[in-house]
Amino acid sequence: MKKKIQEAALTIPSFVWLLLFFLVPTLLVFVLAFRPPDPYGGIGPGWTTATIRDLARHPYWVIAWRTLWASAVTTAICLALALPSGYAVARASPRRRNLLLMMVIVPFWTSFLIRVFAWRSLLHPEGPVKKILVLLGLASPQTPLLYNNAAVILVMTYTFLPFAILPIYAAAEKFDFRLVEAARDLGARPLQAFRKVFLPGVRQGVVTAVLIVLIPALGSYVIPDLVGGPSSEMLGNKIAQRVFVDRNLPHASALSVVLILAVLAPLLAVLFRQRKKEKPEIILEEGG
Amino acid sequence: MGEFLEFRDVAKAFGPIQAVDGVSLEIKKGEFFSLLGPSGCGKTTMLRLAAGFETPDRGRVFLDGADITGLPPNRRRVNTIFQSYALFPHLSVWDNIAFGLEVAKRPKAEIRREVEAMLRLIQMEDQAGKKPGQLSGGQKQRVAVARALVNKPQVLLLDEPLAALDLKLRQRMLIELDMIHDEVGITFLYVTHDQGEAMSLSDRIAVMDQGRIEQIGTPAEIYEAPRTSFVAAFIGDTNFLESEVADGLDGEYCRLRISGFPDVVAYNDKGIRPGHPVFLSVRPEKIRISRDRPLPDTRINVAPAKVEDVIYLGPTTKYWVRAGGQRVLVLRQHFRFFLDEKPIRWKDDVWIWWHGDDGFMLEGFRKGDEKLVASPPQKVGEE
Repeated sequence: MKKKIQEAALTIPSFVWLLLFFLVPTLLVFVLAFRPPDPYGGIGPGWTTATIRDLARHPYWVIAWRTLWASAVTTAICLALALPSGYAVARASPRRRNLLLMMVIVPFWTSFLIRVFAWRSLLHPEGPVKKILVLLGLASPQTPLLYNNAAVILVMTYTFLPFAILPIYAAAEKFDFRLVEAARDLGARPLQAFRKVFLPGVRQGVVTAVLIVLIPALGSYVIPDLVGGPSSEMLGNKIAQRVFVDRNLPHASALSVVLILAVLAPLLAVLFRQRKKEKPEIILEEGG
Repeated sequence: MGEFLEFRDVAKAFGPIQAVDGVSLEIKKGEFFSLLGPSGCGKTTMLRLAAGFETPDRGRVFLDGADITGLPPNRRRVNTIFQSYALFPHLSVWDNIAFGLEVAKRPKAEIRREVEAMLRLIQMEDQAGKKPGQLSGGQKQRVAVARALVNKPQVLLLDEPLAALDLKLRQRMLIELDMIHDEVGITFLYVTHDQGEAMSLSDRIAVMDQGRIEQIGTPAEIYEAPRTSFVAAFIGDTNFLESEVADGLDGEYCRLRISGFPDVVAYNDKGIRPGHPVFLSVRPEKIRISRDRPLPDTRINVAPAKVEDVIYLGPTTKYWVRAGGQRVLVLRQHFRFFLDEKPIRWKDDVWIWWHGDDGFMLEGFRKGDEKLVASPPQKVGEE
């Protein structure tokens, strides 16, 4: 009983915090989606489902689809880079490991916005990356590096990569690398051992990395706004437009609701699966 | 039959530590061969060199006549049983055993047949669906054996496979391993620090210390005729007697001078010349002890002694006696024990003796090896 009270005392502050500053505002967004707008950017009286029905008439599908695939591609690239990185960091000597982890974390010391602007100057038509590529003959002077989907995915990958590396490293650090040796001993080639033994071993880290990259990627707004062009807009940009340009809060809310639900659905699916898997396993004692 | 797995002048260093220092070793086909030595002697490195997890700095490794020194582990027809078993936790017992066959892309029907045969061999047909986490230590061990053997390796490498088990289970697995070796008839290279395991399982043993091989031989050769002080002290107990060859006797015997002892006769198969210092190793169970002086015999070495410690162990009794200024350990087997017999006690004056054939002159002696011999308990209130 005493333990339960202690547990509650420790949980309540964070619970209240989340309730007040996360759950309530999210619910407000849901509520606003069903209120009519007024011409001055405020909320009109009464209730309506017109906004929600309106969504289907707008050509949002293109943008929703783009949001989805750009996020998915970003997640895939992040995973493809984070898996070998996590493996390498976990296998490095303790001293090197700290150095490598430091390098993963260092970007966070600079404001996110500044880093995105830095990419703008890097990728600028007169910028260093472009000049080197042209010099090497890998790009013509006319190739645009900025203001397109590729730039958006590049900068999103850059931004979210540490979030993918850290959980995979955390899982790899606990992984028993003798299993890789065992797989090699049984005839597996290096890549087979990686895929058949290491990957299942860090599955939990991979799931975390996917969620932690995919969800913020879906809600991206600053990156497509700053390095994307008119044809690389994502849902986040549309929501911002509805708020700041159209001054139509209910419409922005309705879009947000769609995005929230789109994010929640896979998250809940994963959580549900884990819950099911957590059934206690029966451990047999000696004898037999 | 010639050598099957051969190490030719192999060396491997890890940073400043010379783990294996120029080892040459030939293991015959079908043999149960053990590498025995204390931790850090290089025996596990030898096994990892055979498995392909390490490449030697110098020397070559041959398997069945082919140079495998540069081959990666997956291209060597050897399989390892790891000390930790290293079963794949996400796979069932069945899938663990099938792993090697599936990687080799063998036909499904063949995989099923082979895995089922292995499950029968280890008597775990009804556990095939379980995950390693649900198995006991002994069962994990058996799965590890099956997972390796199913690939029909040319050599099975075993890295202290019984170290993680408790004593009773270890004894049972020892018998099972021996039976499996007889049944499959492949070459076993067994790494252990446990002399009991090595002695009871092996056809031949290589005793290793500090990256070198001290002696290779059958268990009996290693025990009865140790070449160096390390072998004599690491395997079983022994007494080291510092001596000097006095003169040759008839045939292959010679007389040794040991301070405080009457002249000692020893079998001099190494032909050591008079005047040379030599260390004599005498196993404690080869030394007899009694209150009565034995009948004189030219081949028997007799010395008076005083008992300093007695430890009764049931089937045997250990006596530490002082003879000629040296501490000598004597182990006496109780063939017949009479309760009314007057036992030998602390401070008793006794005679000890051993046959000239039972003392072994050592080729190599290192002072530190004396510490390996079980030392007597510290005496209290003596003199």
